[in-house]
Amino acid sequence: MCLGIPGRITEIIDADRFLAWVEVSGVRRKVNVTCVAEPGRLDDLVGAWVLLHVGFAMSVIDEAEAARTLEVLDALGEVQDELAAMRESARP
Amino acid sequence: MKYADEFRDPALAKKVLARIDETLARMPMPEGRPLHVMEVCGGHTHSIFRYGLQKLVPDSIEFVHGPGCPVCVLPMGRVDDCVTLAEHPGVIFTTFGDAMRVPGSRGSLLDAKARGADVRMVYSPLDALELARGNPDREVVFFALGFETTMPSTALTLLQAADEGIGNFSMLCQHITIIPTLKALLSDPHCLIDGFIGPGHVSMVIGNAGYRFIPERHGKPFVVAGFEPLDLLQSLWMVLAQLAGGRAAVENQYARVVPEDGNPAALRAIAEVYEDRESCDWRGLGAIDRSGVRIRAAYADLDAERRFGLVPADVADPEICQCGEVVRGRLKPFQCRAFGRECTPATPLGALMVSSEGACAAYHQYGATDGATDRGASDRSATDRGAPARG
Ligand code: SF4
Repeated sequence: MCLGIPGRITEIIDADRFLAWVEVSGVRRKVNVTCVAEPGRLDDLVGAWVLLHVGFAMSVIDEAEAARTLEVLDALGEVQDELAAMRESARP
Repeated sequence: MKYADEFRDPALAKKVLARIDETLARMPMPEGRPLHVMEVCGGHTHSIFRYGLQKLVPDSIEFVHGPGCPVCVLPMGRVDDCVTLAEHPGVIFTTFGDAMRVPGSRGSLLDAKARGADVRMVYSPLDALELARGNPDREVVFFALGFETTMPSTALTLLQAADEGIGNFSMLCQHITIIPTLKALLSDPHCLIDGFIGPGHVSMVIGNAGYRFIPERHGKPFVVAGFEPLDLLQSLWMVLAQLAGGRAAVENQYARVVPEDGNPAALRAIAEVYEDRESCDWRGLGAIDRSGVRIRAAYADLDAERRFGLVPADVADPEICQCGEVVRGRLKPFQCRAFGRECTPATPLGALMVSSEGACAAYHQYGATDGATDRGASDRSATDRGAPARG
């Protein structure tokens, strides 16, 4: 929950609610981009790498940083946990 | 050497380690003890263990594992509050996965679930909101837990709920803040911390200005760090370089992610939704003034405490637990009398044994298997270091 996982913004879903699709290691997830968006210029974010914390993009990072962060998270065993949490979220 | 196969750039790691040696050789050292550098953040603790960094650095440096894992400092009384709400008729109680196993006086949320409560793990507060939309006849409560890293996401979720007028959603707020906690640690006359490795992702939200009292009033270096092993070694070196140069400042090793002034949109959302609580309870540390926030009265409908008339439970830690000593850096986990006996990852007494970012769980996991941990997790007994006197 405290480590951010990198993902890539692929599409803006709802500009009013600041929602976008983000791809995280092959998993697609709806994400809120309020903290990284410039109002009115959401489309500029498509293609950008961001650090995700609990479903919110908190920082724009470059691709190399994203790759290194994924490597560390993988070593810490965090990538699988995060992806599992995304998939299993809210199930009874 | 082991780091050769673990580091992305072993040559660079070697260079930083050489610099650390060289700096150590020309700096004043504390009398009769190693130099104590506290990594505040639980994510850093996890990285330090995973990469065996304590073993890589000279014996005269010791990493002290700080209180920066929100799950680890979750008090038993608050877990009881969660269980109370989860067992309320008609409630779907949602939480991040880590918090499900933390024991309260009536067991954990997982135990409550086994007894029939509808407790669900969510990845994001947005998923809890989605549950509320999809279940209009149920009350959905989200347990808003964490430092400033997760605060913007819960604040923005609450604002979204208010905006849409979702009537069956509320949050139990257990957000805590890092600066008052550092103040409390440093005001302890027994505090023997020589320098800090500061939290990267909290700082990404709040920026660096708030830490200035640490060098200015306490004369201690504070270096905000990233999570790669090389980031941590570099930050350690930056702390040492300050000590060697007789100076203390806030420095930012993680500038590629941490802006000096933090994230403005995140800070706006936090300020809109939350206000300081007079006092907040921490597991092991007790009550710390203004170290937590609550939901502002303007959003009372979305505040589970008000909505359900919750009377917060106040529960003392079990007698045998020494979590407080461990969180303050006075005891190493294996020096706790319950470690590995009454308290194990399968039967945790304290939250430090629950989360992967908890020092006790890390010792248990790495100490037992390969010794790539703090040196001595296995080769020092609980008594040979005069443990309490170290504080
Ligand atoms: S071993 Fe258990 S009781 Fe002791 S400090 Fe760690 S979590 Fe607390």
